[in-house]
Amino acid sequence: MKRMIATLFLAGFLWIWPGVSDSLLAGSWPGVDEAVIEKVAEKAGRPAREPFINTDQGDLLLFVFLLAGIVGGFIGGYHFRALFPPRRSGEEKAEKGQPKEGGERARHAA
Amino acid sequence: MTRYSQRTALAVLTAAAVCLLPEAAFAMHISEGILPASWAVLWGALAIPFVAWGLRDLRRRSRNEPAFKPFVGLVGAAVFLISCMPIPIPTAGTCSHPCGTGLAAILIGPGLTVVVASIALTLQALFLAHGGLTTLGANILSMGVAGAYIGYGAYWIGRRLGLHVLAAAALAGVLSDWGTYAVTSLELASALHGGGSFSAMFSLILLAFVPTQIPLGLVEGALCAGALKFIRSRRPELLRSVSVGGVS
Repeated sequence: MKRMIATLFLAGFLWIWPGVSDSLLAGSWPGVDEAVIEKVAEKAGRPAREPFINTDQGDLLLFVFLLAGIVGGFIGGYHFRALFPPRRSGEEKAEKGQPKEGGERARHAA
Repeated sequence: MTRYSQRTALAVLTAAAVCLLPEAAFAMHISEGILPASWAVLWGALAIPFVAWGLRDLRRRSRNEPAFKPFVGLVGAAVFLISCMPIPIPTAGTCSHPCGTGLAAILIGPGLTVVVASIALTLQALFLAHGGLTTLGANILSMGVAGAYIGYGAYWIGRRLGLHVLAAAALAGVLSDWGTYAVTSLELASALHGGGSFSAMFSLILLAFVPTQIPLGLVEGALCAGALKFIRSRRPELLRSVSVGGVS
């Protein structure tokens, strides 16, 4: 229950954070690239250039994310078993302190 | 509600809240065109041996264990995601993001972390206008090389000094983040100080990073320790490859 409350509190905080911060500080929250790196570079006479591929146009960035999600999802799905192998029942029982399945049978067979 | 479903709900809600943030993605990498060509080439040349070493390490380790490659891919995806995640810092009024290289260095080693950071930075430069192609070498050197080796070194020293695994992981996260920004300052100061003093320029840039990066480094430390704790409790078998200092 405590965890659920903490979760809801955190989610709510993150959700309202931009509005609260904007109204309180009326700030634009620039990234440190803009606030530090680009400012220093401009003063030194080396302003940042437009990127070679500018995806920040309309919904193009969303499309890139969609494409990356599809490709990444298929690759992740293909290797899912290698990444997260299912636990064998023997391992689970061994963790609980019980004898492994087949252990008796293996002893009889021997 | 079971413990597992509570944790899942926590993860899903946190992810949803982060996704709903109506903020644009803010970067910290050195943007396109800022570095003069000679410096861009120099930083690129310095980064290449580390990437090559990492690729060699990947070949060697995946020969022994075929499932290692997908795991490296998974860690790479985490580094990509973490280094795209803007976090507002109220003390500074700016946004920045953690790097994830400290955590990656603990999980897969520093050599491979350089490789995954290089891939993440290349994709960000190509498709997200985050960093740049001409500044890729400098960004690999600061986030990939410095972040990975400083994080790995901090974890190793921490474990050797008898720190708990999570304390050592937190230390790795904090120092890898601060190390990344210190090297970024060094790169910028070297290239942009012109006729002025290098040390004055370096101090100026480093101090400008301080209000944002001091708290963000602490966040990264908590993130690193939290992620390692989660993996250790849920999927300890993923930590087989952790050679330095152990995780138990």
